[in-house]
Amino acid sequence: MKLTMASSPHSHSHKSLSRLMQTVILACIPGLIAQLYFFGTGVLIQLILALVTVSISEAIIMLIRKRPVWPALGDGSAWLTAVLLALSIPPLAPWWVIVIGSFFAIVIVKQLYGGLGFNLFNPAMAAYVLLLISFPVQMTTWMPVSDLLANPISLTQQLSVIFNGFTSAGFSVDQLRVGVDGVTMATPLDTIKTDIAHGLTVSESMQAAIFNSWLGQGWGWVNLGFLIGGLYLIKAKVINWHIPVGVIASIAVCSAIGYIAAPGTEPGMVFHLFSGATMLGAFFIATDPVSAATTNRGRLIYGALIGLLVYLIRTFGGYPDAMAFAVLLLNMAVPLIDYYTQPRTYGHGVNK
Amino acid sequence: MEKLIAQIKQGKVWPFPGGIHPPGQKTISNSQAIARLPLPDKLVVPLKQHIGANGQLIVEKGQQVLKGQALTKPVANWSVPIHAPTSGTITDICQMPSAHPSALPELCVIIEPDGQDSWCALAPVTTPSQLSHEQLIDIIHDRGIAGMGGAGFPTYIKADSRKAIEYFIVNAVECEPYITADDVLMREHAAGIIAGIEIMQQLLTPTLTIVGIEDNKPEAIAAMQAAAEYNDKIIIQTVPTVYPSGGEKQLIKLLTNKEVPSGGIPADIGVLVQNVGTLFAVHQAVYEGKPLIERVITVTGNTIHNPGNVWALLGTEIKHLLDCQGFSPVPQQRVVMGGPMMGFTLPTVRIGVVKTTNCILAPDHDELAEPGPEKACIRCSACADACPASLLPQQLQWFAKSKEYDKLKEHNLFDCIECGACAYVCPSEIPLVQYYRVAKVEIKEQQAEQVKAERAKERFELRKQRLEREQEARQNRHKRKPAAEKSADEKQKIADALARVKNKPAKDDDKSAVAAAIARAKAKKQNQEATLEPDNSDVALERAARKEQARKYKEQKAASNTAADPDDKKSAVAAAIARAKAKKAAASEDESDNTTAAPTDDKKAAVAAAIARAKAKKAAQAASVEKDNSESEVATASPADDKKAAVAAAIARAKAKKAAQAEPATSVENDNSESEVTTASPADNKKAAVAAAIARAKAKKAAQAASVENDNSESEVATASPADDKKAAVAAAIARAKAKKAAQAASVENDNSESEITTALPADDKKAAVAAAIARAKAKKAAKAEQAASVENDDAENETSATAINEAEIAEDKPEQTAQDKKKAAVAAAIARAKAKKLQQEGSDK
Repeated sequence: MKLTMASSPHSHSHKSLSRLMQTVILACIPGLIAQLYFFGTGVLIQLILALVTVSISEAIIMLIRKRPVWPALGDGSAWLTAVLLALSIPPLAPWWVIVIGSFFAIVIVKQLYGGLGFNLFNPAMAAYVLLLISFPVQMTTWMPVSDLLANPISLTQQLSVIFNGFTSAGFSVDQLRVGVDGVTMATPLDTIKTDIAHGLTVSESMQAAIFNSWLGQGWGWVNLGFLIGGLYLIKAKVINWHIPVGVIASIAVCSAIGYIAAPGTEPGMVFHLFSGATMLGAFFIATDPVSAATTNRGRLIYGALIGLLVYLIRTFGGYPDAMAFAVLLLNMAVPLIDYYTQPRTYGHGVNK
Repeated sequence: MEKLIAQIKQGKVWPFPGGIHPPGQKTISNSQAIARLPLPDKLVVPLKQHIGANGQLIVEKGQQVLKGQALTKPVANWSVPIHAPTSGTITDICQMPSAHPSALPELCVIIEPDGQDSWCALAPVTTPSQLSHEQLIDIIHDRGIAGMGGAGFPTYIKADSRKAIEYFIVNAVECEPYITADDVLMREHAAGIIAGIEIMQQLLTPTLTIVGIEDNKPEAIAAMQAAAEYNDKIIIQTVPTVYPSGGEKQLIKLLTNKEVPSGGIPADIGVLVQNVGTLFAVHQAVYEGKPLIERVITVTGNTIHNPGNVWALLGTEIKHLLDCQGFSPVPQQRVVMGGPMMGFTLPTVRIGVVKTTNCILAPDHDELAEPGPEKACIRCSACADACPASLLPQQLQWFAKSKEYDKLKEHNLFDCIECGACAYVCPSEIPLVQYYRVAKVEIKEQQAEQVKAERAKERFELRKQRLEREQEARQNRHKRKPAAEKSADEKQKIADALARVKNKPAKDDDKSAVAAAIARAKAKKQNQEATLEPDNSDVALERAARKEQARKYKEQKAASNTAADPDDKKSAVAAAIARAKAKKAAASEDESDNTTAAPTDDKKAAVAAAIARAKAKKAAQAASVEKDNSESEVATASPADDKKAAVAAAIARAKAKKAAQAEPATSVENDNSESEVTTASPADNKKAAVAAAIARAKAKKAAQAASVENDNSESEVATASPADDKKAAVAAAIARAKAKKAAQAASVENDNSESEITTALPADDKKAAVAAAIARAKAKKAAKAEQAASVENDDAENETSATAINEAEIAEDKPEQTAQDKKKAAVAAAIARAKAKKLQQEGSDK
């Protein structure tokens, strides 16, 4: 009888790479639904554009590298990158923005470094920063929540804006951003930052229509959606709690200190936690295993430093939000963090 | 410690980090009682079933054995005997595949059961408490008990721990999925196990005995608690089900919150762990006197019809176990010995079970899927979360793949217990454990290599030192001489020595014969040595060619010089003849034209060498006659000079002999006397005769072997002028050759000559060659004179030699002008040689 030889262990948890990625993508759904609800179907169009671009890019680069295409695509890591990028950029950004970003994320940030597992930087965030720096106007034209719009736009009109730059009626994105009160709308973070720069207090700034009492309209829900998805990821043991806890705790502590120190110019803890990309970043972006710290202690440090950077850039920097910058900066610090946070191995450091 | 014991007694456990929860699959096999199998057709009992040395075979092929009879006896340390599992005949003792991942063949005793299953005489002990420590250890040793949990560590060693044991831990965790052997053993034989524990308590006297059982074995826990109720030093501790809590180190942490230091053993922290099966075997060995010949094995997996636990005799083939339980294999069937986490696949089912075999798992592809292809590591660190040793498996994996062994060691690769938890959880299905195993082996190999390399290096260093010492010794011998040469005292000594040598034969004629004999012996010896010396035939040829050229110049010059001398008619005549002949020869010998670059002209050199050889032979043949001749010749000249002549003759003979042996190296003592005599020659007629004789011999030798006798004249004539590198090298080679000889010969002459030669080292070889040529020319003439044995001839020859020497000096001064003269010189040389030969022949005839 011919027996098959194999090396132990002969048992496996049936966890797989593709299932891992699928779980993360699935966990994005609550946040995605919130975005769809508040900011229109543009985000879906962006998502489709991103998915198509990353698939083509990944396939081509695998062909060039003479590697099998389907296993690389099938692991779902490229699609996750596409989802994260699509969720990060303004829903009505021109089509070429997401195409360039997706291409850059896959080809330059991931594959040129050796493919999955070898990239130093989070592909989605590197692409986001590239886009933000290269196309600052397109990348900051966030629409206000749909029910604040003076000219509510349909799906076809959104398509038209994304692909042509104008709706069929000839409105540009900037014109569409004008709210019911005739004021161009920005994101809550942006608004607060601008208003404070203009000498207003937070409470005065929060009188603006984009805020409902103490949160940006829609943004709180979007962050909540990502929080729910993120908690599911922790429960499903796809991610460890250390990084999200590090990020959130750090932002919370920093903003609380800021609020206590300068209540007039600081929007406070809750605002920081539920604005911008806080939850998306804490649970979905900073936890990208390839580019994040790998030891649990290291992850706490990594997360905390991301939170600190986010807060500092939001408060003192030139950009309204900073998740991408913070993550990329900490990506660079990962080897150092990993090296100095190695766990104590069994039997080491005990008295003989 | 009191507090710790109190905590333990309260049931506290200290979870270790990591761990996994693979499906237990235990209910497949733990619902039935342990079955007894029918006797197999044959038993394959390996000699080595434990860690340590083989026992020594005490049975032979064809021998009848009884059940329980020892097949081996312990010899070396850590050797444990094996016993016949049943009665029968030993049909063979041969190499069979072993129950090891490698399945490397091992010596096995093959027993064909006779079906009687009759026991040998057993010696049960009813009250082991009355036995001494040693007696108990001996029983455990002689009954062949080794750890049955997996490693097979000899139990008698552990039971005889030199270190004090505080906690005796009984490993009844059985954390591997599928395996229920310990579970059912505890259910059925709890009392026996407790008895075994008590024997160990007697041996180790621990403060506390803790039996760790996973909470997925409630029946076993209940049975053990009931059995141990009366003994308050035994605690049955329920531990949570997590793999690998049955790992020794993990269990110690779990039950005592202690950690075994890296690289240490549990006894270092006062802990000792025994498997529950081993303890039952101890009980059997002591109370029933039965050696370890059978054990409980779980036979399980989806391909087994009747999964369960069986009492299997050691040596029972896996095939028998599978067949008895019903086995329908699937394509690409895997048969695992051990559990799914740490067991190993078997290459064949024709392998006998051993003391450490706890499970035979024959899974189908649904329950244990074949591993998928390895994918990229995404550094998710699920492995690190699962690692019970708090390692960083994914980091280790990167280092293992890139063979960064230092980093691996830095990241504590050797603390990996290869439990497989990391590979189990890896979403990329990277066979992490396999990488670590390979890396561990490679590191061990590398370390072994390093040890080897260091040893080799040490050897090499020692050898180098020795060689350096030897070289230094040689150089010291060598150096001493130039220094001596510099000092006037030493020079005086040399002179004295030479004088002594010269005077010795003066006292007694017979002594000259002795000297000659010595010289001959030396020459012979040198001949033998020469074979050991580097091949310098090319150099010799070059040298010969150069000498020839030089000789041509000189002879030409000498001819003109002697012609200019009004007193020396004969020499003038000879010169004239030489000239004439030279002209003639020049006409016929085109090749002589091409000898400007004499060293390159091989042909000529070869010719010269051939001539020289021929001459040498002749000289050797004529040696004795020649000696007589020269003696008589000198005697006629003046009795006072007889002695000197005799010396010269002896020297010449020696040289001739040496030359006859066609050796490139020179006899140095000859050189000395020669040089001395040469300097003296212009002054005294008689001395000149002697010099002539010497020169003759020298010339022959020089011509034949292109050797170095010229160094002396060279050193005297041209001590200055550090010249051509090539020549210097040649000179150096010569000097080396001489030095060698000198080192071996202890005579004063040798030392003297050496000192002179070493001074010659930097000197110009050309000049030396010239001098040699002169000497040769002289020699030929002298030979002629000898044959004639007339005083007139003698005079003439002396004069000629004197002029020749003068000429040599001139030639040295302007060697470059000789290019146009070389033809003539060559011719002259040839003539001179021919004549010399003829004369010699005639001389010998006379």
